[in-house]
Amino acid sequence: MERALELRVIEKTAASEGVVTLTLARPDGGRLPDWAPGAHVDLILPNGDTRQYSLCGDRWDAHTYRVGVLREPAGRGGSAYVHDALQPGDLVGVGGPRNNFPLVPGERYLFVAGGIGITPLLPMIRQADLLGADWTLVYGGRTRASMAFLAELEAYGERVHVVPQDEFGLIDLPRWLAEPDPVTKVYCCGPGPLLDAVEKACSGWPEHALRTERFVAPEQGAPARSAPFDVELARTGTTVTVTPDVSVLEAVGRAGVEVLSSCRQGTCGTCETDVLDGVPDHRDSILDDAERAAGDCMFVCVSRSLGDRLVLDL
Amino acid sequence: MTTATIPATAVDPFSPEVLADPLPFQAWLRDAGPVVHLKRHDVHAFARYEQVHAALVDWQGLQSAAGVGLSNFRFEKPWRPPSLLLEADPPRHDAPRRVLSGILGPRALRRLRERWFADAERLVDELLDGPDEFDAVPALAEAFPLRVFPDAVGLGPDGRENLLPYGNHLFNAFGPPNALVEAGNGRAAELGAWVGAQCARDALSGDGFGAAIWAASDRGEITPEQAPMIVRSLLSAGVDTTVHGIAAVLHAFATHPEQWRRLRERPDLARVAFDEAVRWQSPVQTFFRTATRDVEIGGIVIPDGSKILMFLGAANRDPRRWAEPDAFDLARDPSGHVGFGMGLHQCVGQHVARLEAEALVTALAARVSSIEQVGDGERHLNNTLRAWASLPLRVHRA
Repeated sequence: MERALELRVIEKTAASEGVVTLTLARPDGGRLPDWAPGAHVDLILPNGDTRQYSLCGDRWDAHTYRVGVLREPAGRGGSAYVHDALQPGDLVGVGGPRNNFPLVPGERYLFVAGGIGITPLLPMIRQADLLGADWTLVYGGRTRASMAFLAELEAYGERVHVVPQDEFGLIDLPRWLAEPDPVTKVYCCGPGPLLDAVEKACSGWPEHALRTERFVAPEQGAPARSAPFDVELARTGTTVTVTPDVSVLEAVGRAGVEVLSSCRQGTCGTCETDVLDGVPDHRDSILDDAERAAGDCMFVCVSRSLGDRLVLDL
Repeated sequence: MTTATIPATAVDPFSPEVLADPLPFQAWLRDAGPVVHLKRHDVHAFARYEQVHAALVDWQGLQSAAGVGLSNFRFEKPWRPPSLLLEADPPRHDAPRRVLSGILGPRALRRLRERWFADAERLVDELLDGPDEFDAVPALAEAFPLRVFPDAVGLGPDGRENLLPYGNHLFNAFGPPNALVEAGNGRAAELGAWVGAQCARDALSGDGFGAAIWAASDRGEITPEQAPMIVRSLLSAGVDTTVHGIAAVLHAFATHPEQWRRLRERPDLARVAFDEAVRWQSPVQTFFRTATRDVEIGGIVIPDGSKILMFLGAANRDPRRWAEPDAFDLARDPSGHVGFGMGLHQCVGQHVARLEAEALVTALAARVSSIEQVGDGERHLNNTLRAWASLPLRVHRA
C-alpha cells in the first residue's frame, strides 16, 4: 500500500519526567524511508491528532524510528494522548520524514538545546562526533529530572554542558556566543524565548552561522482525513474517488491515467503533479514549508487531500 | 552457507562479447540463482530484481565510499579524487546530495522547460531539412544534450567536445582494467584537468546549475572546497548517460513502429516512453558496492569488505518482476525500474534526463510519422554503459 506509512509502536519508554520516547517499526519489519539529522515526521495518532516530532534515533538502523514526546499541559491533546493512551502494539500513521533543519558541513559546532529541543540535536551530535568535528552542547532544562537523554549524552564527557535552571539559572548565552567565530555553526532548538535570545546573541555573527528550528503547530490543525475524497482530472475530464486504503497515484491509475512514479515514498519527486484546485495534504519529504503552503503541486504517491475535492492537471 | 554451494561462472561480464550483447548472459545469471559468484573478478553478483533492489537501498550494509566500481578504495588508490555524491556515504554524502537535489529538482527545472522544448523543436526542424536517413547518435542523441546541458550548467563555449570522452572513460573505469580502460588512459589526465578547470567559480556563467552550487557554498550549505567537486559530478554523470538514454528511446521506437503510432496518438506518453526505454535498455548496466560488515542477501553472507556487483539491466528485465520484460511497451507502467538506481544514491539528475528526452521525443512525435532503423546499427562498448556508436534511422515527415 503506497500511502502514509502505518507503523507499530514497539517500545514506549520514560526518558525523563514528562518525556517518553516511542520506537516505531513497520509491522512487516521492512526498511523505513531514509532520513538525516534534523528531520521530523508527522505522527498521525489514533485519536485523529497530527503532530510533528524530530527523529532522534539511529539512522544506521533502517528498521526503527525513535521520537521523544514531551507532555505539554498547555498543548492540545496529542502529547497527552501519547503519554496516557498510546501503548506498545498500537499503530500510528507516519508522514515524511522531511528536513527543514539539515546539518551543514562544519569544522566546529555549538549546539544549544532547550528542553525537548534536544531531540533533533541528538543525531546531529552523533554525526558531528563521527566526523571528528570540534563540538559543544549546551543543554538547558527546568530541572535535571525533566531533561531527557542525559545518560546517552554522558558518554560524550566534557563536550556536554548540562544546565538545569533550578541549579544554575538560564543558559549563560554571552559566555558561549559573545565572540563571533567564523568557523563555528550554531544550531539551536527549544522554546521560543531561548531561540529569540540566541538569535539576538548571534546578531554579530557571520550570516548563515546560526540555524534554528522552531516547533510550530501545523497550520492545518485538522487531522489527515479518514473519509474518501474526490479527485477531478482536469485534462482527462473524469473524477475518481480516493478511499483511505489507496493512494491518489493508485486511484488515478485505476481510472486509466498512469502517472510515472519511482520511489513511492514521497522522496524522489518523479510523480509531481500540478494542483489546480483544492488543498493537498502534503506527506512528501521534498517540498519545504513555503512550497507546501503554496499548494500548487503535490506528490501523488503519498500526498492526499485536506478537503472533499482536489483538481489535478492530469 | 559456503561459497561451494553458490552458483559460479568463469564468464567475464566485461569481455567484449558480453558487452556487445549482454542479454543472454544476464538471463543465465538470473536463472542461476539470487547470488552468483563471478570467478574472474572474485565478486558476488545479483541479477534478479529483488536482490538488486535490496542491495541498492541498503546503504548501511553496502557502501559506496569504497568505490562503485571493481576497484576497492579500502585497498587501492582511486584514479581520481572520489566523487562527493556517487562515491560517498552518509554522513558526508548528505550535504552535497541535498544541495544538488534542490538544484536539479523538478521544481527548479520548470524554468528550463519552455526553452528546452523550443531548442528540441529547432534541432529537429534543422535535421528534417536534410536527408531522410541519418545517424541518430551524433544527429540527435549527442546533439541535443550537448546543445542544452552545458549551457544549463553554465560552461564556457570552448572544449565541450571533451565531455563525452571524459564521461566514457569514467564509466569504463568502474570495470576491470581491461583494454577499454587502457584505451582511455592516455587522455585521462588531460580530460580530467579540463573538467577540473571548468568547475571553478569564474569559469561558470552566473545563472546556471554551476553558479547555483557555488551560491549554496556561500550560504554554508556545502563548503567552498566541495563546490567544484559537485560541479564535477554534473559534468561526469550528466552527459554520456543522457546521450545513451536518448539513443535507447530512439532505438526502441525505430524497432517498435506500433509504439510510435501510440505515442503520436498520445504525446503525453513521452515521459513514460523514456522511462520504459531506460528500463528496457538500461543505459547504466552495472554498479558495485562494498559490504560494510557481513551482510546477508539472497541467503548468502557477503563478507565484510568484499565487493558485490549489481546488474541493473538484468533486474530491469527480470520476469519475476516484469510481465513480458523484453517488450518495449508504452502500456506498461515502468515505475520502479532500477535504471536510475534506487535509494539514497538514485540518479540525482533523473529529472534533467527526463526533461531532455521528453522535449526531444515530443518534438519528433509532432513532426515524424514513422521511424525505422536502417540495419543493425553499431554498439559502442563500455564497461558500464549500454550504448550505440551508430544508429542509422530513416524517418518519414508527418
